[in-house]
Amino acid sequence: MERLLRDKKAIFLFTFPTFLLFTVIVVLPIFFSIHYSTLEWDGFSQGTFVGLANYKSLFVNNTDGFLQSIINSLILALISVGIQLPISLLLALIIARGVRGENFFRTVYFIPVIISTVVIGQLWMKIYNSDYGMLNTVLRAAGLDQYTKPWLADTHTALAAVFIAMLWQYIGYHMLLMYAGAKSISPDIYEAARIDGASEAQMALHVTIPLMKPILCVCVIFAVTGSFKAFDLIYVMTGGGPLHSTEVPTTLMYTTIFSRYQYGYGSAMAIFIIAECLIFTLVIQKLFHQNAEG
Amino acid sequence: MAAEMKQKLARGQKKRTKPFCFSSFFLYLFLGIVTLIQVYPLIWLFLFSFKNNNEIYSGNAMGIPHVWRISNYYSVLTSGNVGIYLINSVIVTGITIVLSTALITTSAYAIVRMRWKASHLFLNYILLGLMVPIHATLLPLFIVLRNLNLLNSYLSLILPYVVFALPMGAFIMVGFMKNIPLELEESACLDGCNVYQTFWHIVFPLVRPAVATVAIFTFLSSWNELMFANTFINNDRLKTLTVGIMSLSGQQGTAWGPIGAGLVIATVPTLLIYLLFSKQLQKSVIAGAIKG
Repeated sequence: MERLLRDKKAIFLFTFPTFLLFTVIVVLPIFFSIHYSTLEWDGFSQGTFVGLANYKSLFVNNTDGFLQSIINSLILALISVGIQLPISLLLALIIARGVRGENFFRTVYFIPVIISTVVIGQLWMKIYNSDYGMLNTVLRAAGLDQYTKPWLADTHTALAAVFIAMLWQYIGYHMLLMYAGAKSISPDIYEAARIDGASEAQMALHVTIPLMKPILCVCVIFAVTGSFKAFDLIYVMTGGGPLHSTEVPTTLMYTTIFSRYQYGYGSAMAIFIIAECLIFTLVIQKLFHQNAEG
Repeated sequence: MAAEMKQKLARGQKKRTKPFCFSSFFLYLFLGIVTLIQVYPLIWLFLFSFKNNNEIYSGNAMGIPHVWRISNYYSVLTSGNVGIYLINSVIVTGITIVLSTALITTSAYAIVRMRWKASHLFLNYILLGLMVPIHATLLPLFIVLRNLNLLNSYLSLILPYVVFALPMGAFIMVGFMKNIPLELEESACLDGCNVYQTFWHIVFPLVRPAVATVAIFTFLSSWNELMFANTFINNDRLKTLTVGIMSLSGQQGTAWGPIGAGLVIATVPTLLIYLLFSKQLQKSVIAGAIKG
């Protein structure tokens, strides 16, 4: 047995394909991206090395709206943490306390998460359709005709409209994670709290939520980095328009590379997005950690 | 024994003290409203996929269709390319699942069971992939695939999908394999099985539940993937469903019914798989999140 499990040839056969593919398709491209981001390059001719100039033009005298796109993604992160997560938490706490139909609600709330973002995007475009969409139809039926508008074509409402669809899709995701966190708490602890005379609300506030801190930390990280990386729904619904009002860093990166052929500059955006995600992940972890100690 | 009793007691008491009071009405009302918000758009989609524009424009945008026009489905499947997109998605996703399963199970076996110095390092190396957003690899992969003349091929999607399925899959599989008892493999060895036979006849059947979990995960992420599919394929005959139905709204203009039918066709497979395996899927989502 021992001898068989030290079989070098078998180990090589079992691991090398994975190692090779993973290195070529995930690890090396990151270094390529970093390299591209230091070039002035249209992807076809020879690129010229420009150092950190691409990064500089992301922020200094920026004309393509990159700063606005960062602000948009920060707004998304903020409402995701401030609105989406509390809704998910409330749902998770209610369901985890053992309502009838616990499995039904959990399963149903998760459905939007598994559906393709293209379908979700197209569906919400129909919901926001100015003539026959669900939203305007409901508004008209309620006699609120003056509030109907082409939601996605109006620069004032497009951003909110897209964000609502995104929050809607992932409420169930965070709910599921928080539900698992709440479920993993030992019933004995609730018992002790109940004997001490705590109400349901008090228990949720002083027992469940503090004990859920690790999973809440994960959810906050996912909500924030997910907002920075968000691409699919915005790309499908508005493509960053109208007039760049729904642009986020990823959509801008995509058009910079594949429509404007600024490979170097677009790569700098990609690296910026990764760095942003890493930094925020570390900061959020640190904040939760400090909180746990204090 | 005492601990067991205590647990039983705690469970019993928990049951008794479920909130039965008047507030439970509002509780269920709230849960019901959220259910409606989460599901109604999908029901609405299902309904309008059977309508034609006349019906929608003449005031029935919301209700049950007057006539259930199955012809909408027939027409997108035959006249449009949705049939082709569907087949492409099945091919790409199917091969992705088979290849990633092969890589994940063999690697996990080598990591968990076999004795070599770098096994832990190897696992951590693969798990690094959980942190890498696909944006960082999009352009380099595009250039490599272009130089290899692999753009507009199934392979251009299958390769990245397989590799991006590895980290999560390896994580789930390694965790599962650690918990299966060694005895069966030992007796197989005594019976004269070599490593490959032991892996294929003993270990692989034992890890099937984890294979299913990983396969569902991989299915969802590759079936729904947009960024690579949209960038690496522009030949209409090779497009997958996600990208295909995006162009569908171009082809069909503003015909609501057929577009709706296309969206429903793209959704039904995922929904079926989800409803069949929802427990397993939810478990793997949770397991993945705790690592990530």
